Formats: sequence, structure tokens, C-alpha cells
Amino acid sequence: MIELKDVSKCFTLHNQGGAVIPVLQGASLNVAAGECVALTGASGVGKSTLMRVIYGNYLTASGQVLVGGLDVAKAEPREILALRRETIGYVSQFLRVVPRVPTLEVVAEPLLAVGCDRQAALDKAAEMLARLNIPERLWSLSPTTFSGGEQQRVNIARGFAHPYPAMLLDEPTASLDPHNRETVLSLIERAKAHGAAIVGIFHDIEARNRICDREIDVSEFTPGMAA
Amino acid sequence: MNPLLQVKGIEKRYGARIGCRDVSFDLYPSEVMGIVGESGSGKSTLLNCMAGHLQPDAGQVIFDTRADGPVDTVTMSEPERRMLSRTDWAFVHQHARDGLRVTISAGGNIGERLMAVGERHYGAIRGRAIDWLGRVEIDETRVDDRPSAFSGGMQQRLQIARNLVTGPRLVFMDEPTGGLDVSVQARLLDLLRGLVREMGLSAVIVTHDLAVVRLLADRLMVMKDGHVVEAGLTDQVLDDPQHAYTQLLVSSVLQV
Repeated sequence: MIELKDVSKCFTLHNQGGAVIPVLQGASLNVAAGECVALTGASGVGKSTLMRVIYGNYLTASGQVLVGGLDVAKAEPREILALRRETIGYVSQFLRVVPRVPTLEVVAEPLLAVGCDRQAALDKAAEMLARLNIPERLWSLSPTTFSGGEQQRVNIARGFAHPYPAMLLDEPTASLDPHNRETVLSLIERAKAHGAAIVGIFHDIEARNRICDREIDVSEFTPGMAA
Repeated sequence: MNPLLQVKGIEKRYGARIGCRDVSFDLYPSEVMGIVGESGSGKSTLLNCMAGHLQPDAGQVIFDTRADGPVDTVTMSEPERRMLSRTDWAFVHQHARDGLRVTISAGGNIGERLMAVGERHYGAIRGRAIDWLGRVEIDETRVDDRPSAFSGGMQQRLQIARNLVTGPRLVFMDEPTGGLDVSVQARLLDLLRGLVREMGLSAVIVTHDLAVVRLLADRLMVMKDGHVVEAGLTDQVLDDPQHAYTQLLVSSVLQV
């Protein structure tokens, strides 16, 4: 479902003397449907960069990034937009929303984007928020004023509302209490059982051991650090 | 799916100076394209060339019309272009007063565009004007007030209502949130996003505000000295800018 072939990525900083910083080299991986793979390695090794490359948020210098058969590295913007609507979901560590939009709408948006009936989308969003223990009195408010943990849970509710066949999870259990952590882990397990291919960053080792089928050490793809 | 708008090799000169040059892109239905760049970069010139307010010196602006399919609007006759700008196109000016008639009522401003496309029934026109005032969050008791008695944010929302009442397929916007308070901006952005999705609108938005494009635009073009220096998915251009100028632009945004 998600396949990387010899991907490299570097940043050129034009405003700092044109410094070229290579971050990934020879990155290859293959994640099948129903499989969950953890990216590991020390901070700064390029785990998030790799996820952003898969999502099309970062350009690649060379190689192929195949998601559901589409080469993200060469795709047109509208093809990537369609891919993000239908196929690949990304739960980042940060919630970015339009100010003033109620939480319920924020969560329902990915469903509305795939053409889901409005009432059905709102019902599903309500179900997700309830599962993640966001009090109902907050649903009509914008999440911009919520606490960090609440924002994180809104982000997860939004990310899991639509059953994407491919998912990228950036520390989904960070800053969650044990109860909510359990809920999130069960959501991930359910997505896996439904056949989602998942790539994630989990600093929570217990969660990683429970959810992930294998680990990929990203430092193998770090230029100049390969063993 | 056919592109709704195909821009090919647009060039506009002001004497020896370049307004914009060699600009080409395709816009598909329901896509929102942002154009950013500092003042003088040619973004407004480009927008005005596309919308038929300026005659480009070279290039084509091909619009997929309902009746005849793709037609070059640059070489179209003036009446045809005017009809297009009253029906399938809309233009939201930075200064609401440029897009409104300040001497007639708010309802009249909305109704005028309906009358221009042949609506004649007074009750129907007034009904739709009131409906649209509601959609842009203006109280219906203000329907008979003149826009000159409105605040800046209300005038901007009225301008949007006037433009969208005829159900256009393509909206050109020139700094739609420029000069407004941040709280009013947020409200307007929210409104625009909702309308874009509900109506399946395509839009081209010119702005110098990167936060606005991040929230509204799917795709982004960065202009400098009349040229497009970079284009791509909005989040990709903002998070992984390739061109030196885009990097400067992105790194210059003040953090709140």
C-alpha cells in the first residue's frame, strides 16, 4: 500500500549561504495493507521528514513514493489532494484549524470532503468525539482554545473519522492519560483490522510493541550515518 | 475532468516594465489557487488580466463555459465577457467600495446582480437578497440600509453576497481580508471556506498573507518581479519552499 524506493531528500537553505543539508538517502520501505510499521531512531534522524515525504508535504530529491499506486514524488497537486481526501490520512502532533469553526465540524470535515451526507458526517463526528471523551458541551466551540491533550484527541477523532486505507501517525499517544491512550490504541487496532497500512512514530515503547508488526530504523537512511 | 480555467503564457507590460510574464496554470473545478508575493510582484496585474479587467499583451485565458465549452476569454467579444462576469464569474475587490454601489441599499446591491441576469420579480429578488444577507451573517433588518452605513467587515461580506448570489463557478479575489481586523478576518475566512465547499466554487485568491492561503488555498503560486518563482500544493510550498525568495517569505512571517 505504501512503498518507498530509494528515496532521498535534502534541504537547500538559500538564505544561509545556500547550505545543502541532506536528510534522507536510499530510503526504501514497503508497508502492506493491515500492517503497522514503527519508524525509530533518535530525534532529528528524519522520522517526521520521512512521513512528510510520504504525505507529499515535502518534495523528494529522487526516488519513488508510491501510495495506493500513485507516485507522490511526481504527482500533480490535484492528484495528491484527491489521494489525501480518499486514501491517506495524517494525524500530526498539531491541530491546525480555521478559527471559529466548531469542533464537531472540524471532525466531520474529512467525511464531508469525501462526499458524505452532512447529517451522517456530523453523527459520525459526534460518535468519534464521544469515544475520545471530549465533553459534549465543548463540541460547538472551536478547538483553538482547548488544552493540549484535548486538541490532540480532537486531532485523532478527525484523523480516524474516515477509514483511510493508509495512515501516518505522528506520536498519537503523546500527552494522553492512560484511559484515552487505551482508546486511541484500540482505534489504531481497529484501523489495522480493517486493512489500513499504517506508518507511525511511537515514543511510547509499550504502545509500539503492542501495535506495530515491525520497526524501521530511520538512521539507516541518514546520509553519512549508515552502518 | 476538464480544467475550468486554463491560463497560458499571460504577459502584461506597462511600457518597458513587466507587469507579469509567462504565467501558465490550469485550475480544476472546486480548486482554490492562492497567489502570493510582495506588492509590485505582479499578482494583482495577473488577476486583473485573468478577470478581463486588463488586456494582456500575450497569452490566453481559456474558460470552460457552460454553453460552448472552452473559450479564450481574451479574444471574446466585450458583451460576451461582460455576460460571463455577471454569471459564471465573480470578482471580490480588496476595497469593498470598489465592488459595491454605496448609494443604493444593501438589498439593492445584491438584487442588482440578479436583475442583470434577467430576474424581474421584486418579491423573489428581495427574498433572495435577504437569504444571502443571512448567509453572510448580516441581520436582515439592514436590508434597506446603504452600505455606507456598514462597517468595513460588513461591507466586505455584502460584496461577497452580491458576487455569489448568481451562483458563479469561478471567483477572483483580490486581498479579500486586507485591511480588516483579525477577528473579522477569521469570520470572513470561515465564511469563504464554507461557501467554497457548499457551492463547489473554484477561486483564485491574491493575497500577501500566508496564513490566509494556508487556510483557504489548495494550491499556491509565488510571484516575484512578474514571474512565478514557485508553485505547488499550498502546504508543500509553505513547509518545504524551494526558491530562495519563497524561503525568505516564509521565514519572515512573525510568530504570534
